[in-house]
Amino acid sequence: MTNAIDRRQFARLMGLGGVAFASGLFAQTPGGRAWAATEAKEFYFVQLSDTHWGFQGPKVNPEPTHPLPMAIDAVNAMKPAPDFVVFTGDLTHTTDDAQERRRRMAEFKDQLKSLKIKEVRFLPGEHDASLDNGAAFKEFFGETHYTFDHKGVHFIALDNVSDPNASLGDAQLAWLQADLARLSKKQPIVVLTHRPLFDLYPQWDWATKDGAKAIDLLTPYEHVTVFYGHIHQINSHMTGNIAHYAAQSLIFPQPAPGSVPQRAPVPWDPSAPFKGLGWRSVEADPKKAAETFSDVPLKA
Amino acid sequence: MAALLAGCVAAEQASRKSPESNVQTVQMTAERFKYTPDEITVKKGVPVDLVLTTKDRVHGFYVPELGLRAEIKPGETEHVRFTPDKAGKFTMECDIFCGEGHESMDGTITVE
Repeated sequence: MTNAIDRRQFARLMGLGGVAFASGLFAQTPGGRAWAATEAKEFYFVQLSDTHWGFQGPKVNPEPTHPLPMAIDAVNAMKPAPDFVVFTGDLTHTTDDAQERRRRMAEFKDQLKSLKIKEVRFLPGEHDASLDNGAAFKEFFGETHYTFDHKGVHFIALDNVSDPNASLGDAQLAWLQADLARLSKKQPIVVLTHRPLFDLYPQWDWATKDGAKAIDLLTPYEHVTVFYGHIHQINSHMTGNIAHYAAQSLIFPQPAPGSVPQRAPVPWDPSAPFKGLGWRSVEADPKKAAETFSDVPLKA
Repeated sequence: MAALLAGCVAAEQASRKSPESNVQTVQMTAERFKYTPDEITVKKGVPVDLVLTTKDRVHGFYVPELGLRAEIKPGETEHVRFTPDKAGKFTMECDIFCGEGHESMDGTITVE
């Protein structure tokens, strides 16, 4: 993709296959500590997910090394540039071979050398981390759960994959509780994670076993949005006042939850290469009552 | 050990009834990336003892619609005991990530 994408184009993208949702996440909250004029500034970031570097499966994606550089080109063309990029897991496709796992992670990082945005955040997916409890991921990308603040928004990255049992675990939940305890209830919070925190479709492993505990901890906060991956398709869901949005993948789409007897990737469509793949741009403007994000289809 | 809440399963193929309790015993083996058998049928209202072992590594046995879950560890035998209380077809899956074929490690429990 060579055309620059500016914010006005987001609206047009909605009509071309992208999907946008209104979100109350960034609604103005007078009196909220985080919305002091010196802190809250307009910005946007990009979410990329489920690149599965190393995947081989010609019937599903005969060009598995193409989507990531295509997405990088698209992001590089955005004007103005996003403040940062986040990868929400399954950066690499799983392998039993620990050396091969590291080779794939190294190749993935090499791909990112062409990304102009230098602030990049990484989260693990189960393909990256579940077979070694996140050991290789930490070597290449750092901690698997962490927080950071950006222009008035508090970001929380949660790891629900390093435990192959798909749990956050008591220690991480305690860490989350301690982090939240210091925040105003009006603090805008973005949670980044790989699996859905709620029971989207547990029959297909589309859930986090103790995700409800994290949701309980987050529920008292007025402005919380969760962006995740894992299911390789756009999905939106509310738990109380918390919005949960799944992003498309950059390798192959998955069927809608429970829509077919067995979970399996959607076959490649030669007439529409890269159909169902895409990435997301999230825009935050505290001056507006609500914000939108755009799910942008990957264009061949 | 297995958690069991409610459930179902009458395996005609790999089951036998215990003479003293009328419990149907179903043997099931897990290995990457399949269960054997991967389709079992049980009768509603008939107690079931599902006996789970693994040939290679730890696997999960998870049937969320029936409230059944077990962790199958190498060298150990897990029993999931339950009495089916509703009819239907229910998906069982491995819920402990076990490798590249993990997503396809599933099966069906039919309650008649």
